[in-house]
Amino acid sequence: MTDLVTLHIAEAADLLNKKEISAVELTNAHLAEMEKGRILNAYITETPERALADAEASDKRRAAGSALGVLDGIPIANKDLYCTAGVRTTAASKMLANFVPPYESTVTQKLKDAGTVMLGKVNTDQFAMGGSTMTSYFGVTKNPWTDEQGAYSLVPGGSSGGSAAAVAAGLCMGATGSDTGGSIRQPASFCGVTGIKPTYGRCSRYGIVAFASSLDQAGPMARSVKDCALLLGAMAGADKWDSTVAELPVPDFAAALTGDIRGKKIGIPKEYRPAGLNEQVAKVWDKGIQLLRDAGAEIVDISLPHTKYALPVYYIIACAEASSNLSRYDGVRYTERVPGATLDEMYENTRTDGFGSEVIRRILLGTFVLSAGFYDAYYIRAQRVRRLIYDDFQKAFETVDAILAPAAPTPALSYEAMKRMSPVDTYLGDVFTTPSSLAGAPALSLPVGLSDTGLPIGLQIIGKHFDESTVLQIGDVLEKAAGFDLTPRRVKG
Amino acid sequence: MYTIQGKTGDWELVIGLEVHCQILSKAKVFSGASAEFGAEQNTHVSFIDAGFPGMLPKVNEKCIEQCVKTGFGLNAKINTFSRFDRKNYFYADLPQGYQISQLYYPIVGEGYIEVTTEEGTRRIGVERLHLEQDAGKSIHDMVPGKSLIDLNRCGVGLMEIVSKPDMHSPAEAGEYLRQLRAIVRALGTCDGNMDEGSMRCDVNVSVRKVGETALRPRAEVKNVNSVRFVMQAIEIEAQRQIDIYENGGECRQETRLFDSVNLETRPMRSKENANDYRYFPDPDLLPVILTDEYIENIRRNLPELPEAKKKRYVEELGLTPYDASILTADVETATYFETAIQGQDAKKVANWVMGDLFAYLNKSAKTIAESPIRAIDLGALVGLIADGTISGKIAKEVFEIMAETGKAPAVIVEEKGLKQVSDTGAIEALIADILAANMDKVAEIKAGKDKLKGWFVGQIMKASQGKVNPALANQLLDKKLSEV
Repeated sequence: MTDLVTLHIAEAADLLNKKEISAVELTNAHLAEMEKGRILNAYITETPERALADAEASDKRRAAGSALGVLDGIPIANKDLYCTAGVRTTAASKMLANFVPPYESTVTQKLKDAGTVMLGKVNTDQFAMGGSTMTSYFGVTKNPWTDEQGAYSLVPGGSSGGSAAAVAAGLCMGATGSDTGGSIRQPASFCGVTGIKPTYGRCSRYGIVAFASSLDQAGPMARSVKDCALLLGAMAGADKWDSTVAELPVPDFAAALTGDIRGKKIGIPKEYRPAGLNEQVAKVWDKGIQLLRDAGAEIVDISLPHTKYALPVYYIIACAEASSNLSRYDGVRYTERVPGATLDEMYENTRTDGFGSEVIRRILLGTFVLSAGFYDAYYIRAQRVRRLIYDDFQKAFETVDAILAPAAPTPALSYEAMKRMSPVDTYLGDVFTTPSSLAGAPALSLPVGLSDTGLPIGLQIIGKHFDESTVLQIGDVLEKAAGFDLTPRRVKG
Repeated sequence: MYTIQGKTGDWELVIGLEVHCQILSKAKVFSGASAEFGAEQNTHVSFIDAGFPGMLPKVNEKCIEQCVKTGFGLNAKINTFSRFDRKNYFYADLPQGYQISQLYYPIVGEGYIEVTTEEGTRRIGVERLHLEQDAGKSIHDMVPGKSLIDLNRCGVGLMEIVSKPDMHSPAEAGEYLRQLRAIVRALGTCDGNMDEGSMRCDVNVSVRKVGETALRPRAEVKNVNSVRFVMQAIEIEAQRQIDIYENGGECRQETRLFDSVNLETRPMRSKENANDYRYFPDPDLLPVILTDEYIENIRRNLPELPEAKKKRYVEELGLTPYDASILTADVETATYFETAIQGQDAKKVANWVMGDLFAYLNKSAKTIAESPIRAIDLGALVGLIADGTISGKIAKEVFEIMAETGKAPAVIVEEKGLKQVSDTGAIEALIADILAANMDKVAEIKAGKDKLKGWFVGQIMKASQGKVNPALANQLLDKKLSEV
């Protein structure tokens, strides 16, 4: 029998349609793999009963000839930042450790409506703040790619580290992630999977625990570009509950994967190759450039001059918004409450207890940059520079169709290495992903090569606003040309 | 000019008002929940209002329209670009931890309200009108040691209307507030009920010596919730500041609370003053862009505003500006008045409305909408006086019966036989009888004591139970006397 947990979504859909497998079989295979994979701590909450019920319903629809589409019966995981009705949604925090939303996020509802099967909720950095899942209240997730000694000592990246690890290890066929400053793309790179942060405004944020509202964007993670295209097609679209979603039709993303990118102009930004760029990363980038050139694309050197400001600008804006977005967790209504003698004391006790140190750090940073006397110097200035960064991309896209760049400055790091790093050093991991986040541009991360020590390295393809189709089209060609073996060493055995 | 006399000289007042008007709209401003007043606690609350994770605001277009309408009522500039900002602070009845407001780009810019007091008519500047959401309600005294929270009001749309510091007397501030209330009521954008809290007022007061041009530090007096309290609070706060200055002290900018029981203002706890609201643009909401066409369409469909109405009453109906401003103070009064004047003398109707009718309504604690006397009947009553059917005196009697029974005046006059006697024969006979019975007084009149004529008229009215037309009575008395 086919190894059901290594299939791509497109392949499984084909088998389901031919009735060679059932959704229940496919789901059971994943539930079994999830049990084996618990050592990775990818899931915060497993929902096997819900999964089997979803799968049975799917099989019934298919038997009745009323399957909902290509995703009907496909088992997926949801990042634990998406509110799921009746299923605990924690944002990987103590604050929401027992929060069961009575409502469903728009994106997960759309996936449900497409017939997908929910296996459970996967780990993330607390409130999506971090690049390693190390800030999760529910413990770190382990990267399924082991170190040279065969130990699970590496971080999966973050914040969508649970999603990336689960996809890489076969604990689900695809997963929702969310990306504020690289939270889909960096873990995709660390875990050797594919993920796309669509254009800001492509997917609804309704029902996703907010980190930084002007940057947060939902996106899929899976084991191929095509799978991402299929998932994104189901996730995207206007929503009456989120006024920042564009009222645009959702293209058939999978149909855009023509395999032909001849004549496409691919920009290579010089600012992404600073002195001291990790050699392994540089090598994979060069390989990616060559593969696209071989496929008939035209490679163009470009400049995004304000790139170096992206990281500080990102941390000012993201923290400012977060400091306000997280004010609602105050112990008054649905969160855990730690009592106090006065209202203020109750706030202090509740928030000190319920938030982890990284979350508190960012709330403090954000509160500072918005405070009287500093607002103009930090927040307003950061907004101005954000505009310049946006303009950089607009200008570049006058001449190129897409941009190819590294997704992360290094391959996956070890926990030990990360623990020794200062917070600011860990923020540097977002250096290649924050500019396109600030610009709101779509960006795909896909694995293109391995490091000398056998760890996956991803590249990102950044596109024009609302042109995910071209991004996916180029990514699909690069994926096939790279011939990357997705299977982490653990599964290979 | 209004001044307060102090030991060291005369002081003048500088007053500005910040008025919060709850927007009349079925739904709240950023959630679909009902904005209705008076429901059971916490029954009109959506997950958005309660600040649940992942919930997003979505602007209610009806509230935008209401702001634009009100903007026209304030003779103000409608801004085609406005934007929402977050005002961040922690409080138990503010679930999001921030209030969505408009600090930097309000939807309505500068305008004015025309205010008429005994000192004349002045334009009071309006600085801005911005759209924001209301907070919930905290109830601190119901359960010992606990606060209860009601989120029904949380998220209801508010228009905050900020005046310029253009007012100089309590009367002017009171009149500004009355006019503002008349405007929002006429437009149907706020019900203006201060006792229900759907219109709330903060008062900024400072004082300065007459002749000074610079402003001294002001006190913001919070939550002054009736026109009368606003006027009282201004007087009391101004006097407090003057006392400080005259005793060699200095005032500082501060926020105070008005205590309507003890008639004083007292400082708010310093903690309540210490907020840094960390305003920044709300990233969950798009800027509000209004097209000229949209604005023009609203303008075209505006009802007549109190100011235009007032002008019409003065110019076309011949009322005094003061009377006109009273009759246009709310839509119900104006509508009543305009119904009553159909075919009648508007000035006379105005006197009846502002005199007997207001006195009656006041005494019986009724609104004009609840008046048992229909507008058309009040008009008819004035008509009966004008055509000589009844005298003014009888009319007062008829009015009382109308108030009691709600009957039409003609019916009452008929039923009670109150019709004025205009049959000269009958009156002459009556006079002849009275003269015959008082020949001594007739003689005195003949001897030149003209004053006694009044006594005779009184006797005639008495004998006819007031039904004789007094002018006619005088005329016929003269005739009869000359015949004696």
